[in-house]
Amino acid sequence: MEGNLNALTTIFTEFYYWVTIVMMFLIHVGFCMYEVGVSRRRNHLKTLMKNAMAIPLVTITFYFFGWWIYFGFPNGPGIAGGLVTAPFAEPWNPLMGTHLSGVNPGETGVTPTDAALWHRLNGVFWGAFLLFSITTASIISGSIIERARSGAFWIVAVLVGSVLWILDASWGWHPQGWMVKLWGYHDAYASGVVHAIAGGAALAFLIVLGPRIGKFRPDGTARDIPPHNVWLVTIGLFLIFTGFWGFYAACNIPLISPATIAGQITGETWTATNIYLAPTTLSAITFNFLMSLSGGMLAGYIVSKGDPFWTFSMGLCGVISTSAGNDLYHPIQALLIGAIIPTICYKLHYFVERRFKIDDAVGAVAVHGYGGFLGVVVAGFMLWGQPSSPYEGFAHINPLGNFAGAVLMFVLGFVPTFVVCKILNSMNLLRVPAKVELEGVDFALNHAFEASVREVGTAEKAMIK
Amino acid sequence: MSTNGMESWAVDLKDVGAIYPFQGSEVVMVIIGLVFWIGWHVLQTRHESAEIEADMAADRTGEETRKAIDRH
Repeated sequence: MEGNLNALTTIFTEFYYWVTIVMMFLIHVGFCMYEVGVSRRRNHLKTLMKNAMAIPLVTITFYFFGWWIYFGFPNGPGIAGGLVTAPFAEPWNPLMGTHLSGVNPGETGVTPTDAALWHRLNGVFWGAFLLFSITTASIISGSIIERARSGAFWIVAVLVGSVLWILDASWGWHPQGWMVKLWGYHDAYASGVVHAIAGGAALAFLIVLGPRIGKFRPDGTARDIPPHNVWLVTIGLFLIFTGFWGFYAACNIPLISPATIAGQITGETWTATNIYLAPTTLSAITFNFLMSLSGGMLAGYIVSKGDPFWTFSMGLCGVISTSAGNDLYHPIQALLIGAIIPTICYKLHYFVERRFKIDDAVGAVAVHGYGGFLGVVVAGFMLWGQPSSPYEGFAHINPLGNFAGAVLMFVLGFVPTFVVCKILNSMNLLRVPAKVELEGVDFALNHAFEASVREVGTAEKAMIK
Repeated sequence: MSTNGMESWAVDLKDVGAIYPFQGSEVVMVIIGLVFWIGWHVLQTRHESAEIEADMAADRTGEETRKAIDRH
């Protein structure tokens, strides 16, 4: 690292992403609390482990191939060019290990200055993207509780977390992604890239999986299966809100000079940018995050008549539905979009449940899938005509490009997940048998626990004099 | 045409101010925001009053209330 300013910028950026990773872990603490709170007592342990084990599985697969997909596929390949070489993301490359940021032997076209910046950041950048990956997989987990086999979910978690979402990120959430270049796709904080694709995958899983026993009455109307612990659910959602701050910060490049952005931006003013390298500020996303969260919670309180589960969930949906444009919206625009879209999603959740007998235990398809989809569509209108990128020749943001992008995100989550779930179902690997579902998926674990309690209790009592 | 007036990022950022869409309509947006806020209080008060009325009409014998007190 030559020069104090370069060194400070590099170390600041490295530390910035590292902090976002720590904050984003709270999303997963929240997801686990939330899912366990929603599940009934006889399903707690398996529900917890189903979600928690997505963390190591997506981590190792994202190391093996997810990171490489992001850098290899921005052109499609075959849509805007070929496969891009990305040696720093190959799992056998020295940069995927402990490294002090010098130029690697044999590495062509990399100057010591480039190496000092990028080589140093590779690990924290990988970690931040990984946390998005785990989030995308976790979103599916809550909707399928109490009857899905854990092993089936883990296969889908790897598919969605380490392949599908990172592929769509390469296309639509990358400075050189073909969707940005050709369609003007804009989705700064991942309404579509993370949430719509996860919602599409969750819907596909739910269609093949079917509802929980007892969810629907003989006449086809839905029964309510209340959370066993509303406190746990709402604290879980609070933690997800908290972790979302890290998610938003990680979607930005914190500090960059105009010269680094291909010289397109003139002058000497350094700035934060979104993932497309277009200028924004942390202040912008702070205004808009809080206003959209508030819009969602206020609307949620009214439409659900004060129901804690939906009030908190609609707050989350408020953020998700404005995330596509929260780098550029006015705070009152974020407030209103964050109130209107979650209200539509709430109504859609119950319509789909009633009409198609879809048992989504946590409303993930509505909050993430419909919320993310509609958020991308609305951003296309709100930001119409604005530059999608600082690079020359890119399409401007437009309603058609964002609509097509939203459809692509949802479908990219839905179709492969549907096919994989069908295959797993044909092998009896998707759902637990009805007897096990009624006993509770923790049946054997609970019996072992009770036997241990009895045995140690008996031994202790025998020692009382 | 662009909703925030920006057609390109090939500019000097020291010359750029607000970049949100529909600049010039801030007062209208604030009015809509205030209506949303006041409307929320009106709707919330109606819902809460209806809920309290339902609670008043419930448990004529006091049996459920005694159980609730016992549960702490």
